[in-house]
Amino acid sequence: MSDASVDPRFRRKPPRRPLRLSWSDERVRGIVYQVVVVALIGSVIYWLWSNTVHNLEVRRIATGFGFLQREAGLPIAEHLIPYDPTDTYLRALTVGVLNTLKVAVVGIVLATILGTIIGIARLSKNFLVSKIAAFYVEVIRDLPLLLQLLFWYTIMQGLPGPRQALNPVEGVFLSNRGLKLPWIIWEGAHTAALLACIAGIVLTWLYARQARAKQMADGQPRKIWPLAIALVIGLPILTWQAMGGPWDVDWPALRGFNFQGGTNMSPEFAALLIGLVTYTAGFIAEVVRAGILSVNSGQWEAAQALGLRHGSVLRLIVMPQALRVIIPPLTSNYLNLTKNSSLAVAIGYQDIVSIANTTLNQTGQAIEGIAIIMAVYLTISLSISLFMNWYNARIALVER
Amino acid sequence: MRPGPAGQGANGRDAVTATRRLNFLRLAGATAITAVLSLPALAQQPAAPSGTTIDAIRARGTLICGVNTGLAGFAQPDSQGVWRGFDADYCRAVAIALFNDASKVRFVPTTAQNRFTALQSGEVDMLSRNTTWTLSRDTSLGFDFTGINFYDGQGFMVKRSLGVNAARDLNGATICVQPGTTTEQNLTDWSRANNIRFQPVVIERLEEVVAAYVAGRCDAYTTDVSGLAATRSAQPRPADHVILPDVISKEPLGPLVRHGDQRFADLVRWVHFGLIGAEEFGITAANVEEATRTDARPEVQRMLGRNGDLGQMLGVDPAWMARIIRGLGNYGEIYARNLEPIGIPRGRNALWTTAGGLQYAPPFR
Amino acid sequence: MSDVTLNAATANPEATPRSAPLTAVGPIAWARTNLFAGWLSTAVTLVCGYLIIRAVMGFVDWAFINAIWSVPVNANGVAQTQACRDLAGSGACWAVVTEKHRFMLFGTYPYEQHWRPALVCILFVALYIVSALKRFWNWTLIPIWAGTLTAIGVLMWGGVLGLPYVPQERWGGLPITLILATFGLAFAFPLSILVALGRRSNLPAIKVLCVLYVELIRGVPLISLLFMASVMFPLFLPEGMNIDKLLRAQIAIILFAGAYLAEVVRAGLQSLPKGQYEAADAMGLSYWQKTGFIILPQALRTVIPPLVNTFIGFFKDTSLVLIIGIFDLLTAGKTAIVEPAWQGFGIEVYVFVGLIYLVFCFAMSKYSAGLETDLNKHRRR
Repeated sequence: MSDASVDPRFRRKPPRRPLRLSWSDERVRGIVYQVVVVALIGSVIYWLWSNTVHNLEVRRIATGFGFLQREAGLPIAEHLIPYDPTDTYLRALTVGVLNTLKVAVVGIVLATILGTIIGIARLSKNFLVSKIAAFYVEVIRDLPLLLQLLFWYTIMQGLPGPRQALNPVEGVFLSNRGLKLPWIIWEGAHTAALLACIAGIVLTWLYARQARAKQMADGQPRKIWPLAIALVIGLPILTWQAMGGPWDVDWPALRGFNFQGGTNMSPEFAALLIGLVTYTAGFIAEVVRAGILSVNSGQWEAAQALGLRHGSVLRLIVMPQALRVIIPPLTSNYLNLTKNSSLAVAIGYQDIVSIANTTLNQTGQAIEGIAIIMAVYLTISLSISLFMNWYNARIALVER
Repeated sequence: MRPGPAGQGANGRDAVTATRRLNFLRLAGATAITAVLSLPALAQQPAAPSGTTIDAIRARGTLICGVNTGLAGFAQPDSQGVWRGFDADYCRAVAIALFNDASKVRFVPTTAQNRFTALQSGEVDMLSRNTTWTLSRDTSLGFDFTGINFYDGQGFMVKRSLGVNAARDLNGATICVQPGTTTEQNLTDWSRANNIRFQPVVIERLEEVVAAYVAGRCDAYTTDVSGLAATRSAQPRPADHVILPDVISKEPLGPLVRHGDQRFADLVRWVHFGLIGAEEFGITAANVEEATRTDARPEVQRMLGRNGDLGQMLGVDPAWMARIIRGLGNYGEIYARNLEPIGIPRGRNALWTTAGGLQYAPPFR
Repeated sequence: MSDVTLNAATANPEATPRSAPLTAVGPIAWARTNLFAGWLSTAVTLVCGYLIIRAVMGFVDWAFINAIWSVPVNANGVAQTQACRDLAGSGACWAVVTEKHRFMLFGTYPYEQHWRPALVCILFVALYIVSALKRFWNWTLIPIWAGTLTAIGVLMWGGVLGLPYVPQERWGGLPITLILATFGLAFAFPLSILVALGRRSNLPAIKVLCVLYVELIRGVPLISLLFMASVMFPLFLPEGMNIDKLLRAQIAIILFAGAYLAEVVRAGLQSLPKGQYEAADAMGLSYWQKTGFIILPQALRTVIPPLVNTFIGFFKDTSLVLIIGIFDLLTAGKTAIVEPAWQGFGIEVYVFVGLIYLVFCFAMSKYSAGLETDLNKHRRR
């Protein structure tokens, strides 16, 4: 309940009564309860802790994070940063964290898009479309994700081998080794162009903010898009040109057992991504549908009466209101997707759980291994929560 | 919102009942708190009797044996849910020695991750599953390996159509491997020693890793040669797959027990040697009855309990070995029953005395 | 859509009643408004219809027409699966389900005692149905649950009433899935109520503890909790004392479920108008009287649909015990195809296992959706 709705006369605190040492005093009872509960939980934790210390000693299990500096010796198939089995456990675990983040970020973006489409499709006037969407949502949500991931991975393996790879476009190969695409050979100019693009986005955003503020002041709408294009697209191209404009493409080709060169999307990553996206999209679709339905139909009718087109009604009137209902459950779906990515361990995508697990096995240090997994997920979860809470606060209804 | 039935009750009836109920609740709460507080005290009493492992097993009435979660030929439940396989039979042999009853054993499926904790914490009495004897496991994990009942080594399997004849031809190949075991480290050690680059596909569960290899996701599949042979023979056309001659590691597998209880370790060790010895002497499930009565060889008489007190030294019945053989057969029979049908030849696990293999039992005297 | 209602509203009330034209009512009208409303809608309908027919025909071919339902088993108990292999994927090999269904459903439970887990599954279903009936939504549900769960324990363990004792390691299949999910709910629910109340409490220490518990558990994946239960938990206990693997997984699931349910219950508590709290205070009820007689009975009713949805989540999540080697339904299904003769028939097994999950989850989600509409009736306009 917001303070503003309370009559200011009642906001004065009641006078403090002196604390009476009696069971009938609510505050004394409160303190006693708290002391008892804290002592209880503290003693249980202490008991478990002392057992653990004793057991570790008796069983001569090493403790501490010293192993992080030792050579890992475990092979990792996909890494965003350079990695070799001679590197340390610390680096191996970092690779795992990055792999988790990779699938989580890409998954969240794709699941949001797919979920929104299906959510809107469920409200479609076309009977067949809405029924297909409903069937999809129902089936996807009623099967364990693990089962779905195993299913997708089985499908991925049904693709032809590298020597019979599908080659729809020059340089693009699809086989059970993954999707091979040509890729430019990365140089300093590309990094500079990327940085310029980011700078352009930030500048555009700042300009848009200012333009809106001015519009609020004088009511004159200002065009943003010409400057946006200049900053976001023109600036990087100019930077790239200024640095010599290197353009060398690395074409994938079948050499020996595998394709060499180019960039690759592995079947493990693809199966995990498809599984996570289709599964989470089923839940997001329901959230989106509920959000749209939560907007009073009077809003639709009023907007239509003003002569807005269907798309504009959805974009300008309904969605901003629906978002307030959508964002909180959407956040928990994002968190679920991230946490569910830990199932990667079952289909051979080496995320943090998979690598920490192997580490745990090789070093025998279970507590440290699981502590690392938990710390990583807690950090990711809290970051997503904080970001979404900030966003939610931004779009929340401002009440007087 | 209509109030629930309980809400109506509270409005309608006098507050006395409510207060009384609450007093009861408080009492119950206090009891619960006392119970929780005394829990540590209760739990301090060890659940298992603090004597030796054998005493604990006897008191419990069953042996608890850790096995694989499902590995064809070694430990795997059949259609009726009964555990079958080489490792499972070793558990049964120990159970017969202790109880004269092959059914007095509980099988606990353990994964590569939780097998060691399960043994350390006393959740299982022994591990009879594919665990490689290494120095660190023997010492720093606090275990005793009681012998080697299966000599294995890591190898590679490829499809015949690939035209690969030796492991060194695998440079640049994609290789399927299971994580979390010595297999993964052996593979990287080997690739570094031989300067071979490979692309790993690391999949945890056996079924999936085999499926990935069969589907062509990988060019080669690496694991223990026994596992390769089992996988190969399970394929619709085994001849399409080749197990490369290179063996890149030593994998001596055997049952293991907790360090510090020599009596139980001795028992498990001599159950294994007894099974080997029986094969050496040609004693099988079919002829053990007759051999117990008529065999004139002194060592056989001691082993089968007609003479001497070997059983007593181990703390079991004199006829322990005779019963094990009657129930399960000797080492060769157990091997032939479980491993040969799935395509694992005797190889190095043949007897040293007759076939020049590595299996060899110390004398029974 | 709105046009139709508009016409109806402005129709002249004095006109003689006549039947609507054929193009405005009946199946043709329905098809015109719902399937062929415009060129875009028509195109979408045709494409979707074609895809549906193709998919259904393909599935029927695979699952029924070309399928093999059983194969001979030779004297050694090894199935002759050559016929299935010859299909090469053009048809389903349901023989694997015929041969292995009892293992998949009941795991390593003694074969001749399978009627016990079967009865347990029926008891569980009965328990769900009883709990779903509004007539039982009062305190009588507690003894019903306690009684049924005890009966289930007796049936599974045995050791009394002439039933042979069956240790936990031998349990498996569907009963494990149901046990983990249902016992998880039964114990997590009271825990979650306490935590939800604690989180809204004005005692700072208790509030902080509850917030910490909920946020910590909700921030990590269930897998890590299961690993903890499987690998770390034995280290927490004194030497010589150990807790069965199933029980450890069950504890992990209870702790996990408790945190999620607590948030559901808290939402219910927050949805109550403040007047209810104030009125209870004004009547001089103590905290526990207020909570037990006024707040919870109302709050819990509103959270039943989300509660069922959370339960569906746990029901599916129990499949993760696969990773720590407990033979639940999915693990049993996967272990069934370890045997060389049956390797490579994963799809059939997944379809069978998936169907079981689908039946349970679909029934529950339909129920929850129905309930939601029911409870929201007063909010419709």
